[in-house]
Amino acid sequence: MSEIIELSASALAEKLRAGETTSVEAVQAHLDRIAAVDGGERGVNAFLHVNAEEALAVAAEVDAIRAAGGAEAEALHPLAGVPIAVKDLIVTVGQPTTAGSKMLEGWMSPYDATVIEKIRAAKLPMLGKTNLDEFAMGSSTEHSAYGNTRNPWDLGRIPGGSGGGSAAAVAAFEAPLALGTDTGGSIRQPGAVTGTVGVKPTYGSVSRYGAIAMASSLDQIGPVTRTVLDSAILHELIGGHDERDSTSLADPVPALAEAARKGATGDLTGVRVGVIKELTGEGYEAGVQARFDESLELMKAAGAEIVEVHCPNFKYALGAYYLIMPSEVSSNLAKFDGVRYGKRVLPEDGPMTIERVMGSTRAAGFGDEVKRRIILGTYALSAGYYDAYYGSAQKVRTLVQRDFDAAFEQADVLVSPTSPNVAFEFGSKSDDPLAMYLNDVATIPANLAGVPGISVPGGLSEGLPVGIQFLAPAREDARVYRAGAALEKLLEDKWGSPLINQAPQLAAAIEEGAA
Amino acid sequence: MSAISREDVVHLARLAHIEMNDAELDKMTGELAVIVDSIAAVSEAAGDDVPATSHPIPLQNVLREDVVGKTLTPEQALQNAPDADENRFKVPAILDGE
Amino acid sequence: MSAATETLVDYDEALDTYDPVLGFEVHVELNTKTKMFSSAPNAFGDEPNTNVNEVDLGLPGVLPVVNKSGVEYAILIGLALNCQIAETCGFARKNYFYPDTPKNFQTSQYDDPIAFDGYLDIELEDGEVFRVEIERAHMEEDAGKLTHMGGAAGRIQGADFSLVDYNRAGVPLVEIVTKPIVGAGKRAPELAKAYVAAIREIVKNLGVSDARMERGNVRCDANVSLMAKDATEFGTRTETKNVNSLRAVDHAVRFEISRQAGVLNAGNKVVQETRHWHEDTRTTTSGRPKSDADDYRYFPEPDLVPIVTTEAWIEELRSRLPEPPAERRKRLQADWGYADAEFRDVVNAGLVDAIEETIAAGASAAVARKWWMGEISRLAKNADVEPTELGATPATIIELNSLIEGKKINDKIARQVLEYVIAGEGSPSEIVDKRGLAVVNDDSALGAAIDDAMAEMPGVVEKIKGGKLQAVGALIGPVMKATRGQADAGRVREIVLEKLGVEG
Repeated sequence: MSEIIELSASALAEKLRAGETTSVEAVQAHLDRIAAVDGGERGVNAFLHVNAEEALAVAAEVDAIRAAGGAEAEALHPLAGVPIAVKDLIVTVGQPTTAGSKMLEGWMSPYDATVIEKIRAAKLPMLGKTNLDEFAMGSSTEHSAYGNTRNPWDLGRIPGGSGGGSAAAVAAFEAPLALGTDTGGSIRQPGAVTGTVGVKPTYGSVSRYGAIAMASSLDQIGPVTRTVLDSAILHELIGGHDERDSTSLADPVPALAEAARKGATGDLTGVRVGVIKELTGEGYEAGVQARFDESLELMKAAGAEIVEVHCPNFKYALGAYYLIMPSEVSSNLAKFDGVRYGKRVLPEDGPMTIERVMGSTRAAGFGDEVKRRIILGTYALSAGYYDAYYGSAQKVRTLVQRDFDAAFEQADVLVSPTSPNVAFEFGSKSDDPLAMYLNDVATIPANLAGVPGISVPGGLSEGLPVGIQFLAPAREDARVYRAGAALEKLLEDKWGSPLINQAPQLAAAIEEGAA
Repeated sequence: MSAISREDVVHLARLAHIEMNDAELDKMTGELAVIVDSIAAVSEAAGDDVPATSHPIPLQNVLREDVVGKTLTPEQALQNAPDADENRFKVPAILDGE
Repeated sequence: MSAATETLVDYDEALDTYDPVLGFEVHVELNTKTKMFSSAPNAFGDEPNTNVNEVDLGLPGVLPVVNKSGVEYAILIGLALNCQIAETCGFARKNYFYPDTPKNFQTSQYDDPIAFDGYLDIELEDGEVFRVEIERAHMEEDAGKLTHMGGAAGRIQGADFSLVDYNRAGVPLVEIVTKPIVGAGKRAPELAKAYVAAIREIVKNLGVSDARMERGNVRCDANVSLMAKDATEFGTRTETKNVNSLRAVDHAVRFEISRQAGVLNAGNKVVQETRHWHEDTRTTTSGRPKSDADDYRYFPEPDLVPIVTTEAWIEELRSRLPEPPAERRKRLQADWGYADAEFRDVVNAGLVDAIEETIAAGASAAVARKWWMGEISRLAKNADVEPTELGATPATIIELNSLIEGKKINDKIARQVLEYVIAGEGSPSEIVDKRGLAVVNDDSALGAAIDDAMAEMPGVVEKIKGGKLQAVGALIGPVMKATRGQADAGRVREIVLEKLGVEG
């Protein structure tokens, strides 16, 4: 494994600026890594599409600008030339966008998502598109129509979901940076189970334009990286107001990297850290709880004031989420009907009407989990059930927000395990949708309330990563970066190196499995 | 709250334009019944005095000036069409020809 | 369905037994520069799928943004309809699958329309005023355009396939919904027509719509039900879709009253359903009954945020309101000096604007009325079109009139010239030149013709000399004949008297 791929994005950026390496070298090293570990029967399978040619061209352009020096070189974005992977839910010109679904196989977007425009403007070479649960619906990436992504820590286990591809790509050193989307935990939970960092920004702080909508009032694009600082820098790049997204906040992007650097001193003096009582204990694996408790001790020793907070309505959050999300899904996914783009499947027999073509197209194009959520959402919105289901869930949303408001009276940041469990084996929850949904129990409240959250590596349980989640009030994303960076620093000091360094040698593991 | 019935699922699948065979309908009915049971408590969680929240961060009056922007070319518009004719999207008959 | 067994009841007879209850949903297409939720142009008649961007096609990942003008135009309509304007309102998704609807939901408003509880006073032909209560006016978006191919020309029934053009998808609409209209009795069709005409006039006057019904800028769905004279509850209503001309509104209401009376008289029940209007046969036919497919699963549009109207904003918009059409009519009648009956005829003919424009272009009120209400209306009636659609413009009238006043043509020839203008032969002057229609008032040419006539009729000349001036008439015929009708009779008389030295 070459050293260049092990660098954090900010370290790689530093070397690029110093002229110690080139972007072409960096991109090529990552492409080589992808070639080595991503394909084959036991490969990670993080990528659905590899964008080698364009990535190298962008890299060469950055290198040329740097070599020429002058104002243009000075004006380059700090991350210029640092490669990035993109969750295949975000539309890109020149690369197919599938959303992990057969429905969109081969679909080429004629427009770029706003975050992609920003990535292009900052000249980050795009390595390709990463795997996900179909239309981002799932917690294991097992619902992708294009095969499982394997967890680099244990190739027999799930990498989390829906953004398993982005998390696994970063964990497997196939990319230093990736973009994810988080509707109920799809950035944070994969981050937790792959030992990486993932951030769900405040709702509206990153434009959703060009992220294929799953649940519009919950979706948010965010960074997937190996370090908290890298997430902060990437977040600053992709954040900001977008007039094409009506829910985009007008606020300027906060100083997130500065917050991460401040946190990286490891000093938490005066910071009130609230432990959400309802997101600990029963239902959380012992190893997860143990790592969580150790993290609290470390933070306390670093000056944090640990307080216990109660969020009594969080017990309804999962239920409310599984009404609001499918309701929005049922409407957002109606557009996939075989008329304008994507798959069209003709009925095998009977009259060939457009109604029936839509019905057979959607039957063939969508997987089971997508259908389940569409039907559930159709139910929750239908006449006679709206008030009891969708209407009630919207009220629970208010109650969850009130719980957060009260908790943030007592604490600057809230903390919990990101996921109740470590990565599980493929197939172990596939037949039990409800068990799968419980993976998101700790991450969902943040989406309902729109508040920011980060997952940082918290150690291992039985050799598998555990994630620690920090939450902050809306628009206070800087706080999760400060707290996350502080815990990262405290833990790395304890371990002597980043957690990811404890991951098994991937190439060997792939060969071993194949043998 | 009443559990979800197979007839409900037949109706919902029709509303959602997803064709399902008998086996799929049976399976879906069973799965949804479990899910619906598990989330039923939501309907009793909040009293009438609790307002609904549809947007996590409240904003208002996000309006666009009435100024023409970019359009797609017809080629771009139709590039992904499953079927097209005369620069228009072509779809099967809307009504049954019988 | 019982369509086959329907017997129509004579309209007057039907209304001896039943009272009609009406309701209207009028969709007004706004003439904003861009669409309601995207910045693609809102334009009519362009090549298919050229006025679309990714939002209009409902491509994956797109998001809507509300057009400020769309909101302001909706508020203007609300104010003009004497509505309350919502302090806060939002958009909702109306979910249904149809290939002209790119997202398979329509972004609309549900339980919080931007305008509600208004009214409109409708003046009927005889001057009676009928108040129609407005339930609501809400914002939504139009669908694309389907063209049905194969089978019977352009009909959805029997088509082999359809082609979809999304240029119209996302064009802003305001849907104006009335409360049930009770008490119109036999005047129901007249009221229906007058109501739609009034809406059309108001939105045109506001400048928020081109208001051309033939282009679908104003579209009407007409609800009709009947209740027995002694009944206290409304009957079952039908909704006749896309009744898209003023005459059709009248006819559709009339037809439904006759049809429903037939159903009820036979002891059957009126089916609650949508019905299709057929202009060719002036009948409605059964569409589809209300069904569970009408479960639209409305919910608040999560991609859009609420609209909050401040008092200052509304007052600013109120200050932009033009003079209401009814007040304007009072003012115009006074300015033009038309008698009540004359003015009502002008209003009923839909020619207020045309006459106003013609007067503004320089014609006198009398001349404008003479042409629009006279020859142009007569020709329009023959051609079965609206007078304004005939092709005559204020400029045509001004030009014709100045040709007459300049004695270049006479009235009779002017009417001929108008027909040639309508046939597209050019402007009146061009036609007069091209066709050589100018009155012969070149005195030498005329003089020669007169000399010839006098030479042939010495007896007549003697009579004139003897003081019988009316005998000049006998000379005019031959002169006209000689000049192929292009002589000015008055001038002929003058010249004859001059030549004979007789005082006129």
